[in-house]
Amino acid sequence: MSLDEAGLLFAQTHEWAHIEEVDGQKIATVGVSAFAIEQLNDLVYMDLPEVGRVVASGDELGEVESVKAVSPLYSPVSGEVIEVHSDLPDQLEDLNADPYGFGWIVKIRLSDDSSVEGLLTCDAYQKQCSESA
Amino acid sequence: MSTDLAKTPIDTWHRNAGARMVPFAGYEMPIFYTSIVAEHRSCRTNAALFDVSHMGRLRFDGEGSEEMLDFLLTRRVSGMPLGSVRYGMMCNESGGVLDDVLVSYLETPSQQRYHLLVVNASNRQKIRSWIEKHLPKFPKVTFSDRTEITAMIAVQGPLAIDVCKQLFRFDPSRLKYYTAAITDQFSKPVVVSRTGYTGEDGFELICRAEDAPRIWENVMLAGRDNGFVAAGLGSRDTLRLEAGMPLYGHELDEQIDPLSAGLGFACNLKDREFLGSDAIRQRANQPSGMTRVGLLPEGKRPAREGYPVLNLQGDSIGRVTSGSLSPTLNVPIAMAYVRSDEAETDKLQIDVRGKLVSAAIVDLPFYRRSKN
Repeated sequence: MSLDEAGLLFAQTHEWAHIEEVDGQKIATVGVSAFAIEQLNDLVYMDLPEVGRVVASGDELGEVESVKAVSPLYSPVSGEVIEVHSDLPDQLEDLNADPYGFGWIVKIRLSDDSSVEGLLTCDAYQKQCSESA
Repeated sequence: MSTDLAKTPIDTWHRNAGARMVPFAGYEMPIFYTSIVAEHRSCRTNAALFDVSHMGRLRFDGEGSEEMLDFLLTRRVSGMPLGSVRYGMMCNESGGVLDDVLVSYLETPSQQRYHLLVVNASNRQKIRSWIEKHLPKFPKVTFSDRTEITAMIAVQGPLAIDVCKQLFRFDPSRLKYYTAAITDQFSKPVVVSRTGYTGEDGFELICRAEDAPRIWENVMLAGRDNGFVAAGLGSRDTLRLEAGMPLYGHELDEQIDPLSAGLGFACNLKDREFLGSDAIRQRANQPSGMTRVGLLPEGKRPAREGYPVLNLQGDSIGRVTSGSLSPTLNVPIAMAYVRSDEAETDKLQIDVRGKLVSAAIVDLPFYRRSKN
């Protein structure tokens, strides 16, 4: 099921995060925004991190490649990668169609709540996008 | 976006169609309308229209044009039959490639004969200066840059010729490959040339700038029920890469000679002198040691321009000049310059941002259209 874009948080570098509490722990589901996917056009390759990797917000999680270019994928939050959407690299066409559902990339268990504070609301993010377009 | 970028005569159509525009060689050009991959596939299965008005169109009139072009080009121009088109290069004295070009020999309805040179957009100013520098030696030649007063449209794909049979006074299916004619569409003059840069059959047309939007729309309309699409520079690049065609600035530059590039067929070296001919002859006896090859990297990750190429022992032996995912073959493809003594092996490695990826050496092109 797709998440509602309006309820997500966004990094300036175009990753989205959906944060929920599971058994007292905060888990971020992370993906790439619809805007970025449209800008990249024709994704052809995705490089994912390993489960267990510990990242700080802004660290490189992996890479997304389109026909024309390579783009790094940054972690919007700090924590440990606990799940990776390993089917995704073989079904990148489906990512275009559903960036906030099937398009989730990793789940990260937050180590530091404050890393979330720097993220943008959907409105603020869309404002950034319309200014850059 | 910088305001000093030029717009092609078909600019408004591109914007109305939702094209993503990018700066390229001083022009704002469509990179794609919907998707590079979708436009690429439409060209391979039906046909695609490309606005290539940014390409330079240089005209040579008057006695001595043949002599001048013979002096400037690797290809013999004198003796070209009327209506023929040739691929050739312009080289400097040391045999480095200044540009790769198409030269056509045309006749207007009023029986004026002239030569038309189509040059790369990124090289137009350089080539103009090069020609102007040599012009005093050929005082009877009138040289004019027609780029800004004309437009150029490429219609490429298996259905291009058939669907456009009725579109001009002259039926383009009567043109043999690499020939051209001047005709008209509703009295608007058009050069139609059975050439292209995609590996497909099709034609390229040159018309007056003011007639271009209407002619573009007429071709789109003719192909409406045959899956014609507008396509941008993104798919033009992936199409030419599959077809194994060099792109100036990638496979060709002033440090590369035509023979290393595998373009010896476009050099007429026998019994003639042209700019760079001595150096190219010397290269024939003493090769540069580098060869252009096709590579098929394993996996799904494209190799990009500039990535180092290594042999299986790990020695650096060359570099990638163009690379992408092939939309037709659905695997990564690349062209590279490698040391000639390593070009005969089956497998090499590419350093893809720190990871070594195995790559098979294959013959170019990666894609060849089926001929009926």
